[in-house]
Amino acid sequence: MLGIITFLVLLALGYGFGQWFERSHYRSILEREQELKDLLIIQSKIIPPPFSSGHETFLVDGSVVISVDYFKQFVAGLRNFVGGRVTPYETLLDRARREAILRMKEEAKASGADVILNVKYEMCSIYKGRRNSIGSVEALAYGTAFLPIKTMPGER
Amino acid sequence: MISNLELIPGKRISKHLGLVQGSTVRSKHVGRDFMAGLKNIFGGELKGYTELLQDAREEAVARMIEQASSIGANAVLNVRFSTSSITSGAAELFAYGSAVVME
Repeated sequence: MLGIITFLVLLALGYGFGQWFERSHYRSILEREQELKDLLIIQSKIIPPPFSSGHETFLVDGSVVISVDYFKQFVAGLRNFVGGRVTPYETLLDRARREAILRMKEEAKASGADVILNVKYEMCSIYKGRRNSIGSVEALAYGTAFLPIKTMPGER
Repeated sequence: MISNLELIPGKRISKHLGLVQGSTVRSKHVGRDFMAGLKNIFGGELKGYTELLQDAREEAVARMIEQASSIGANAVLNVRFSTSSITSGAAELFAYGSAVVME
């Protein structure tokens, strides 16, 4: 009996806080994506002509570890019986990737870069919860940022 | 100088020195593990873990650079990262790239 009550309480807490975290996170993601949309990402290894000279390059990266909530874990567990889309995990991974990209862009912008090339993603589940289900995931995004070298007027 | 492109604009590669790599295995401590357990109920970001992995990745990169400079390279190109969780308590961060001499 006590077990069932604890379970229900955890489920309710997970649902409440989880949904709240997710909504506020998506709001902040959308807001920052708007802010940073001028900083282009070009998914190419070949350097486009406008950036092939007069630029310094450096590696930028962004990473985030996001944890799943109890409710999502439970729903995903149920999903295992019937198969199909596991929507709670889809949003979890989507949030993690977009957050990683945003952090990378923020780092690039802080140092004055005007473009990022050749972005790669890396995903890793780092904490296995009970029954070996995914507890939290790490998303990493990294790429090469191009920083224009400031030249004195008249020089070049 | 590290980059995940195969060249650096305005610079010429004068010599290739082969693959260099750096890795580190980190484990989390009990306090963080406890917080992670809580967060597994509520959801949300695990800031402690984000920092831990970021630190570890910096260390892996530092080791890679150390190896590169010990063989006389001044740049590492085409850098890749890889993360793998070995057990539930520890993760390995790995960075590798191609060491070159520029100019």
